[in-house]
Amino acid sequence: MTDAHDLETVRTEVRRLADKYGCEYWRGLEPDRYPDEFVADLTSHGWLGALIPEEYGGGGLSLTGASVILEEIAASGGNPSACHAQMYVMGTLLRHGSDDQKRRYLPEIADGHLRLQAFGVTEPVAGSDTGSIRTRAERDGDTWRINGQKIWTSRALHSDLMVLLARTTPADECERHTDGLSVFLIHLRDPAGELVPGLTINPIPTMMNHSTTEVFFDDMEVPAGALVGTEGNGFRQILDGMNAERILIAAECIGDGRFFVERASAYASEREVFGRPIGMNQGVQFPIARAYADLQAADLMRYRAADLFDRGEPCGPEANMAKLLASEASWAAGNAALDTHGGFGFAVEYDIERKFRETRLYKVAPVTNNLILSFLGEKVLGMPRSY
Amino acid sequence: MIVVVCVKQIPDPADPGALDPDTKTLKRDVKLILDESDSYGVEMGLQLVDAAGEGEVRLVSMVPNSEVSGLRTALAMGAESAVLVSDEALAGSDALSTAKVLAAAIRRCEPDLVLTGTESSDGYTGTVPAQVAELMDLPSVTFAKEIAVADGVATVKRQTEDGYDEIECSLPAVVSVTAGVVEPRYPSFKGIMAAKNKPVDEVDLAALGIDPGTVGWAGAGQEITDIAEAPAREAGEVIVDEGDAHERILAFLDDLKIL
Ligand SMILES: Cc1cc2nc3c(=O)[nH]c(=O)nc-3n(C[C@H](O)[C@H](O)[C@H](O)COP(=O)(O)OP(=O)(O)OC[C@H]3O[C@@H](n4cnc5c(N)ncnc54)[C@H](O)[C@@H]3O)c2cc1C
Ligand SMILES: Cc1cc2nc3c(=O)[nH]c(=O)nc-3n(C[C@H](O)[C@H](O)[C@H](O)COP(=O)(O)OP(=O)(O)OC[C@H]3O[C@@H](n4cnc5c(N)ncnc54)[C@H](O)[C@@H]3O)c2cc1C
Repeated sequence: MTDAHDLETVRTEVRRLADKYGCEYWRGLEPDRYPDEFVADLTSHGWLGALIPEEYGGGGLSLTGASVILEEIAASGGNPSACHAQMYVMGTLLRHGSDDQKRRYLPEIADGHLRLQAFGVTEPVAGSDTGSIRTRAERDGDTWRINGQKIWTSRALHSDLMVLLARTTPADECERHTDGLSVFLIHLRDPAGELVPGLTINPIPTMMNHSTTEVFFDDMEVPAGALVGTEGNGFRQILDGMNAERILIAAECIGDGRFFVERASAYASEREVFGRPIGMNQGVQFPIARAYADLQAADLMRYRAADLFDRGEPCGPEANMAKLLASEASWAAGNAALDTHGGFGFAVEYDIERKFRETRLYKVAPVTNNLILSFLGEKVLGMPRSY
Repeated sequence: MIVVVCVKQIPDPADPGALDPDTKTLKRDVKLILDESDSYGVEMGLQLVDAAGEGEVRLVSMVPNSEVSGLRTALAMGAESAVLVSDEALAGSDALSTAKVLAAAIRRCEPDLVLTGTESSDGYTGTVPAQVAELMDLPSVTFAKEIAVADGVATVKRQTEDGYDEIECSLPAVVSVTAGVVEPRYPSFKGIMAAKNKPVDEVDLAALGIDPGTVGWAGAGQEITDIAEAPAREAGEVIVDEGDAHERILAFLDDLKIL
């Protein structure tokens, strides 16, 4: 479904639901409370299962449509990072899982009974160099035994399942260092809701409310059936899902940017200093207008990438450029909004400083903008690899 | 149980448009949405059908163009079908003509109960519900805050200035639902998608057997003689506290005879 009228309906209805919460709600969650009520509401109205095909009980929405959902939550002043992963982490399972796995998990993910919103890739030592991860999964009869550590595994304490990337063949036995990695779908909790043996999860306090954690695996056993797709092919399987993630995050940035530009232009027209609205000064007005133009341009790239994705065409460069451009545009809009509000921008009750902290993340995660530039330089423009 | 809910589709109040100086009525050539006043009737109807364990909510709406956006919203909430009366000859209809047309459309739905808002957000004459009841020769109950249905009888709590009256009436009946008494549900994504395929039966005056000369501009027994700008709000009085602010505020309220 990508018909323009349907997209408008999605936009209107998600916005109405998000506006029921509003900025006061999000402010009240600071510094680290998870938005349980909001997420439950979005789930029961079917928004978080929107990307799951209808045959598995989901909404069968296009990625373009899903991106509108997250954009509106961000534009309303909310923080969609609390729930965006429930929409897209299942993509790896959908594309690479067996029929059994899909039939078993997707319907319950679609209706929210199972939360799959933890994605364990990044490790403290490997950082952006995913091929160097050290978490290992070793086959032991009917089970896999997992040892290692992940960091920045967001929402792991608010998830029942995790998609985990682990090394199954030692790097020195592989041709490329991105070979020998595999994807697992693992249960984090036992039926009583306790973390399973061998698993430790510690919250990491961060500058914004993000429920991110570090995760330790100490001889954690998972059944053989937890392997998703082909053993050793995990890096490519994960990469597939990343385009969707980047496009959705780009849309969140567009939503953040709209929030900043709306707030800033309204404030600039109202606030009078030296006997006239501050927005009459070009020094105040132009950064807002500039941010608006940058956002519009980034938004075109976001729709272009989403459209390619929805048509099943390659969209790596576009998805990455959308994330790059949108995260920079929303950041510039955040700065303009903060400057425009003067001292009041720093007051918690204006929500500018909160959104400013929230949108800043996307220059760094889920992939840093430097890594996007090196991808464009090498893979698109054919220059020598820079690292 | 078949509950028919009358829903008006109106210009978005957030973007209210303008009055047409020639006809002295609101310009309606914009996108119309579900009148929020009617979302309470839709919610009440859905709750009653749920409680009954059988039946459905059907919508009836009248517009001069073929607008369905507002109907789709109510269908996405859970109503099953809609009758849309749409005819160019309806332009200019007054409240009584509206009621005649609605009554004819409601009859086609064979209702056990008819719900309406107490007044629309744009026209707010608040007269259509009682007129519909009279034309259909049905009991009229207004300002409902709670409705329960059992054995062909509706028990209704009617909001009054100091509390409520509890009354019983036989069904079918026309009951107007006070705004704010229930929380209208937000459509789910699946509800929105399902609404696209729910039947909307668009009928014109001929199909309802209504003579175009009796409705619209031709049939209006009511005439808008004049329209004027609402007076601008006057500047308030600022009281700066010099230790006696409370006394001056009291004196001010006393002058207004509020105290
Ligand atoms: C709040 C938060 C939530 C996160 N959630 C998740 C999650 O749910 N799951 C998950 O797996 N990960 C998650 N991440 C991790 C995130 O994807 C990484 O932080 C990110 O990919 C960068 O890795 P790093 O932190 O190790 O930085 P590093 O790789 O150490 O990079 C540090 C800096 O060096 C630069 N740099 C490194 N190498 C190069 C190079 N070759 N050329 C140019 N510049 C370079 C980078 O651009 C960056 O500026 C999250 C991170 C944060 C902060
Ligand atoms: C001279 C004149 C010209 C007008 N010209 C036009 C015109 O060109 N186009 C136009 O659209 N309106 C026009 N109107 C206004 C329109 O006719 C009124 O909206 C109508 O009379 C209903 O009155 P109300 O909105 O005050 O209803 P109220 O009595 O305040 O409404 C109470 C409830 O009745 C039901 N209801 C009312 N109207 C409808 C409806 N149309 N469909 C379904 N349910 C309904 C709803 O449940 C509503 O909550 C005109 C009115 C007059 C007097």
